[in-house]
Amino acid sequence: MKYVLEILPALLSGMKLTLGVFFLTLIGSIPLGMLLSVGLMNKAKNILGKLINWFLTAYVWLFRGTPLLLQLIFVFYGLPLIGIVFDRFNAAIFAFILNYAAYFAEIFRGGFGAIEEGQFEAATVLNLTRWQTLRYVVIPQVLKIVLPSMGNEIINLVKDSSLVYVIGLGDLLRAGNVATARDVTLVPLVLVGAIYLIMTALLTWAQKKVEKSFSYYR
Amino acid sequence: MLELKNIAKSFNNQAVLADIDLTIENHKTLAIVGPSGAGKTTLLRIIAGLSAADAGEFTWQGKATTPQQLRKDGVIGVVFQGFELFPNMTVLKNITLAPTLQGVSVEEADKRARDLLEQLDLPDQADAYPFSLSGGQKQRIAIARALALKPEILLYDEPTSALDPNLRHSVANLINAFKAQGMTQVVVTHDMEFAQEVADTTFTVKKLGGER
Repeated sequence: MKYVLEILPALLSGMKLTLGVFFLTLIGSIPLGMLLSVGLMNKAKNILGKLINWFLTAYVWLFRGTPLLLQLIFVFYGLPLIGIVFDRFNAAIFAFILNYAAYFAEIFRGGFGAIEEGQFEAATVLNLTRWQTLRYVVIPQVLKIVLPSMGNEIINLVKDSSLVYVIGLGDLLRAGNVATARDVTLVPLVLVGAIYLIMTALLTWAQKKVEKSFSYYR
Repeated sequence: MLELKNIAKSFNNQAVLADIDLTIENHKTLAIVGPSGAGKTTLLRIIAGLSAADAGEFTWQGKATTPQQLRKDGVIGVVFQGFELFPNMTVLKNITLAPTLQGVSVEEADKRARDLLEQLDLPDQADAYPFSLSGGQKQRIAIARALALKPEILLYDEPTSALDPNLRHSVANLINAFKAQGMTQVVVTHDMEFAQEVADTTFTVKKLGGER
């Protein structure tokens, strides 16, 4: 127990970085993903619309199609070779936001696609503006549809955040690994596992709560 | 009086409507009938401004206009075949959303909505969500939602097709009751018997290009 208290400050400071990556990634990638999904759905027939659509499709393909670990390494170790230098933390946030935005864009695209054309038409004949239609009719319904998949991604993000280890950031996992190597004991790694479990359990609970708050209609 | 002249519409070079001349008389009920696939609903969608005609003219109370303009001026109300209530809102909110967004005070919109619900025999459903309602109730909410904007003309797309057959008669009674109040109505239906029950005039849309 004494040993646990001894290493806990180091683990908690690692957890702080983990949570920093987690929240900054969410704050950046959810709005960006929503924006990208709107771009992915645009069916504009002009050359600019097609170009945007092609670009966004390629973006999603690239970021969903390659490992996040590779993207992290590429941003932090690769980009400096062509003169683009990030510090460790910014490199991590940059790669995570771009990666998660691609997933969120696909989730939102699916959500928007599930709203029937009739809902838009009903809003049109009631003289709602485009924005009013989104704000009052479409987005609330999309949120309900995407909640389960969003929850999955967000829980994944807690665990994925440990990938920042590879670019030398002192996250929760690194703190545990350092203590294990130094003190030759399994305790730190077990503790790290327990902390991840607590974080994901809290998120699972929050996810259920939020889903329940949307269950007043079907 | 809304007049349509020489309305034409085709999809993928396949003509659906051609040379349609149609007059919607004030305070009357017009039934648009015809075989399925003839373009009845397309015609209704053109009047509602949901689908653009390839050609044709619109005259409202003697002045040239467009369906988009009519919609902006709140002339047209639509009751969809599938009702298209907003599932995320209560019945009351479904009815008051558009009026309040267009500047009517919440109190006034609420009062009008409750009056409409009373009139449509649904006074206890104001706080219900659409999923808990029957088809007939949903339809009456959809009618209330359209009427809340005080349209001059109310369009119905196949009002009997999504309902229990024995509700057909009560829908007809409702439409006739609105007519007695001076409402102008257009009913698209494939049900000739129903059309005869409600219509002052009947307009038949013929299928173009023969049977396929």
